[in-house]
Amino acid sequence: MTRILIVEDSAAMRAYVRSALEDPAMSLPEEIEITEAANGLSALRLLPRGRFDLVITDINMPDVNGLELIRFMRQNPRYEHIGLLIISTQASERDIERGLALGADRFLPKPFTPEALRETVSEILSVLRSGPVTDEMVEPLDRGDEVQG
Amino acid sequence: MVDAGDRARDEFFSEAQEIVEGLGRDLLALDEAVRANRVDPDLINDIFRAVHTLKGLAGLFGATRMATLSHELEEVLDNLRLGRIDVSPVVLDMLFRSIELYGRILQVEKDGSELPIPEVDELLRELHRGFGQREQQPLAAEYDLDPGLLAVLTEYEEHRLRTNIQSGLILYRIRVHFQLATIDQALDELKATAKPFGEIITYLPTGTGADADSIELDILMASRSSVDELRRALAETGAEVEEIPRRPGGDVSGGLAAGAAGGGFDSGGLSSRPAMSASGPVSPHPRSSDPGALAAPPDSGAGGRKKRGELGSIRSVAQTVRVDINKLDRLMNTVGELALVRSSLGAIVERLRATPAEREMSLELHRLQRTFERHLAAIQQGILEVRMVPLGQVFDKLARVVRQISRDADKIVNLVITGAETEVDKLIVEELSDPLMHMMRNAIDHGIETRAEREAVGKPAVGTIALNAFQKGNHVVIEIEDDGRGIDATRLLDVALRRGLITQEEARTTSYREALTLIFLPGVSTKSDVSEISGRGVGMDVVKTNIGRLGGVIDVTSEVGIGTKMTVTLPITLAIISALIVRVADRLFAIPLANVQEAVGLDDHAVKRIDGREMITLRNQTLQLCYLTRLFGLDEEEELSSRIAGLLGGTRSLGGVRGGITGSRKLDRSSLGLSPGSKRKYIVVTAVGTKRLGLVVSALIGQQDVVIKTFGPSLASVRGFAGATELGDQRIALVIDAPALIFEVLSGGDRARPEPRGVHG
Repeated sequence: MTRILIVEDSAAMRAYVRSALEDPAMSLPEEIEITEAANGLSALRLLPRGRFDLVITDINMPDVNGLELIRFMRQNPRYEHIGLLIISTQASERDIERGLALGADRFLPKPFTPEALRETVSEILSVLRSGPVTDEMVEPLDRGDEVQG
Repeated sequence: MVDAGDRARDEFFSEAQEIVEGLGRDLLALDEAVRANRVDPDLINDIFRAVHTLKGLAGLFGATRMATLSHELEEVLDNLRLGRIDVSPVVLDMLFRSIELYGRILQVEKDGSELPIPEVDELLRELHRGFGQREQQPLAAEYDLDPGLLAVLTEYEEHRLRTNIQSGLILYRIRVHFQLATIDQALDELKATAKPFGEIITYLPTGTGADADSIELDILMASRSSVDELRRALAETGAEVEEIPRRPGGDVSGGLAAGAAGGGFDSGGLSSRPAMSASGPVSPHPRSSDPGALAAPPDSGAGGRKKRGELGSIRSVAQTVRVDINKLDRLMNTVGELALVRSSLGAIVERLRATPAEREMSLELHRLQRTFERHLAAIQQGILEVRMVPLGQVFDKLARVVRQISRDADKIVNLVITGAETEVDKLIVEELSDPLMHMMRNAIDHGIETRAEREAVGKPAVGTIALNAFQKGNHVVIEIEDDGRGIDATRLLDVALRRGLITQEEARTTSYREALTLIFLPGVSTKSDVSEISGRGVGMDVVKTNIGRLGGVIDVTSEVGIGTKMTVTLPITLAIISALIVRVADRLFAIPLANVQEAVGLDDHAVKRIDGREMITLRNQTLQLCYLTRLFGLDEEEELSSRIAGLLGGTRSLGGVRGGITGSRKLDRSSLGLSPGSKRKYIVVTAVGTKRLGLVVSALIGQQDVVIKTFGPSLASVRGFAGATELGDQRIALVIDAPALIFEVLSGGDRARPEPRGVHG
């Protein structure tokens, strides 16, 4: 079971991400369980309870923003292993760079297709499964026998 | 774009709608703030974020126009919030225009139409031209801030930090420990407490003070207050306040200390870990000066501080659901069906009761039926409550219209709104927006005088329009009151006379109050007459019709030179009403109880004919009568017996279709209130607003809650009826549209009508 937390203040965007990942016809190779958080604070509250494998987060959110969430997760030994995917518009390039610098794994510009999301998510998950990332592994690893998105 | 599910798409439309509505409110607030010269940067950022979200959503769901518009707007708003351009009237106007356009785009997208909207392209071109922005230096170069802090600030937060430092504010770090279970409320309270003292720039979870149940936040705040003042203010919240010292020897623009020098945001608390690696966390050390603070539990209950208005916001995300109104309608219909079941159950109970052997069972069943009834009523009530929304939804739109129109007409108007929280059925709110908009437009165009005119008669240059809403019994009253020039009734009479809408005689005898109602007649208040009657203008007859369709009435009072007040009285809900069931000749009708004042026996001798109208005196007031048999073209004498036979046959066969539930129900003359010997009739005194009319009916049957089913399109042109309803025992009654009927009869419509309205079938 793969547990995914979506942190995003737009309900429609959360529904979109959820439906893209849960789509039964083209689902991810593993079983997933999705939890939604409407802002950074809710994410902070859910993190200790969820045993998440992956957090998909927006950057621009009120109060605790995405960058702060990323930094918090990467500084906390309990959450450092969790995969982190930023979804944000290309326009906030500066913020995305910072997110990656703070330790997010990947970034997916909005708007994205369900295929692109599924692909990115399975890439992150497969990297996570294959052990810690080293500096040489900048590009996604071979995805082996995974179903395409 | 690939379809990612209908649900997501539905969600998209309702969220987009919500965002656009929110945008409208925020823009009004911004407009206000700009005028008062007190712009809250948070507000601009909220607007930016809303458009930003819209853009992302529109992109996902293939709403290209919306995406393009949002993209251009986002650019402008980004420049606004980062202080690169100012909030000028031009910018504001463009933002307001975009709100209207968003509304139209949404409608068009929802209908799946490809209809071009030229205004969008026009606005896009204007937006694209830009507003001449200022360049700004990056914060880091200018202030040499701690890179750890910078790393987690979004561009906007960085801008706010810079602005605050430039304005000479002191930076504080507020460290608070929160229990996760209560963090929303505790943080809201803290925000509400801190807000008067300055601006919170960001909230940073520290990473160290967290465990499974709690978390520590470093809050970066800019303030003019001293550290002691802030400490005192926040004492109750358990926050630990520290001033972040300026860089030693630094000038005004010196900024934050880099590194750990002198406390403040030391690198342990704020710096990021080395970039790019997904493992090997830096484990930051807590500030050594206050180790105890980490363990101190927050005072999350924080006393009886109640700042409800500022709370709510985060919570509402989790605690509300959006519901398609059609789903509620279906539920309501099901409740209607259940009401039928209830009545049938009642009939069975009666039958059992008549059988001595089944007495015990009949009692038990009776108790069950009572419980069923109670719960059914609760469900009904519940659904009705769910359908209620605050009128504020329409009022926000109106406020925008006022702003726009008053700008176009070059009149300064102050709109004062009260009672925006008054709740009405969602459907009513939707339908209200056009008529209210119309009235508002009229109030500004024709009510409020120009500046010069106002000053000439010694009125304040700024006109006032009051928009009030309040609940009154089962009704909601909405008033639009302006302090303009008022309506000249004499000229109204002139116009009506010339158009042949009234006779000379009537013109002479019409009271001032009655004359005012002439503006609701078609033909009097048409556009071409605007200048002529120099009062209200555009299509008040349409407004009246629309309000009437909602079961409401509109009333007008006006005083020349003082102002005009339009009063709209509406039922709170359309879905279900209490009605008085009456018989007219051999037919049943339902009169909404909300419009019924009383019912009295008719004494034929008391009826006087005055000016072609039948009147009686009831409790010292004259009451005009309306014989429904005549109005509906029913003849009780001749058709009585044959119709009864037909009606009984018809009802039986209907019962058969329904599975014989009432197959053996006795339906006789007495159950229909038909007693051939008695000629006694009844007057049902109906009233809407201040208007009263006595409806003469053949018999009173009883009171009942009915679910109104509107007519299908083939009967859409039938006036005077709000729809039909099934009574519990499967009889069908037409529901009288009392407001429409009252107005029509009182304004003489019943006399003028050449032939009776068809009520056959």
